[in-house]
Amino acid sequence: MKNLKFLFTGMLFGIILVKAEVISWFRIQEMFRLESFHMYGVIGSAVFTAMLGVLLIRKMGWRSVSGEEIVVQKKPFTKGNIIGGLIFGLGWAITGACPGPIFAQIGSGFTVVIVTFLSAVAGTWVYGKWKDHLPH
Amino acid sequence: MNFLKSPWPWYVAGPLIGLCVPLLMLIGNKALGISSSLRHICAACIPGKIPFFQYDWKKESWNLWFVGGIALGAAIVLLFFHNGQPVDLNPATIAALRANGVQEFDELTPGDIFNWGNVASETGLLFFITGGFLVGFGTRYANGCTSGHSIYGIATLQWPSLVATICFMAGGFAMTNYILPHLMRWLLL
Repeated sequence: MKNLKFLFTGMLFGIILVKAEVISWFRIQEMFRLESFHMYGVIGSAVFTAMLGVLLIRKMGWRSVSGEEIVVQKKPFTKGNIIGGLIFGLGWAITGACPGPIFAQIGSGFTVVIVTFLSAVAGTWVYGKWKDHLPH
Repeated sequence: MNFLKSPWPWYVAGPLIGLCVPLLMLIGNKALGISSSLRHICAACIPGKIPFFQYDWKKESWNLWFVGGIALGAAIVLLFFHNGQPVDLNPATIAALRANGVQEFDELTPGDIFNWGNVASETGLLFFITGGFLVGFGTRYANGCTSGHSIYGIATLQWPSLVATICFMAGGFAMTNYILPHLMRWLLL
C-alpha cells in the first residue's frame, strides 16, 4: 500500500485546514474585505516555511525516501495564469473554498458541498473539452 | 486537549501547512497541488475522447489518496476535536454580511446558505453550481490553485505562480466587494 502515506499526509493537511479555519466561508469573506490578518498570516507563513524547507532540501542534497533526486514541478507561464486565475478568484469568493477546502468542507459535515465539488469537476471537464479554443 | 479543540492561530497553522511541501517531496518526490485531483477524476470517470484527459491517471493516484485524506482528516476534527464555537470574526465582517442577508454565524459556513434545501434554488445555483464551476474551470485554466501556485509555486520561486496568485486575489476582491453583495441582497433579503 504505497499510497497510504499520501492518505495520512492528506489527513494531516485536512486537520490543519479545518483547525486554521481556512475552510470557513466567513474567513474568506473577511480576507477579501481586508478585515482580518488571519488568512494572510496563514498563507504567508505557509509560503515562508515551505520555502525554507525546499531550500534546506536543496542545500543538504536530500533525496526522497526511495532515493530519487527531488524534482521541482515546473509552472510555465501562460495567459491562463491570468485569465484562469481571475476566474478561480471569482469562484473562490463565492464558494469560500479553493479545491483543498472543498474536500475538507465535505469531511466537516457540510455535505451539500458535494454539489460544489461535482460542479468543480464539471468545470474542469469543460476546460479540458474547450482548452484549444482558449487563449494560452 | 484544549489546544486540539480550539482553532489554531495563523502562526501555528501556516507553518504546518507549509511543512507539507517538503514532506511530500521527501516521502514521495511529489508536488503539493490539489486541483489536479479534479482532472484525474475527469480522466478516470468521464474522459470522453478529450485529449486533455487521455493519460494514465493511475500514475497520479497518490493525489486522489491525498484529497481523500483531506476529507477524512476534516471528519476526524468534526468527530473528536470540534469545539462547536462560532468563528471569531471581525464584527465589521459580521455586520456587513448581516446587512447582505446572512443570518447564521454559528458554524464554519453560514448554515442558512450551505444546506441541501438550497440546492435547487437560485441561491444554490450561485453558491454551489456557479461557484464550483468557476473554481474547477479557473484552477485548471490557471494550471493550479492556492496549494499548487500560491504555496508550492511561490515557495519554489516560480514567478508564473506569483502572477496566478495575484490574479486569484484580484478575482476574489472583485467578487467579494463589488459583485457578491448585490447578488446576496437579491437572493437572501
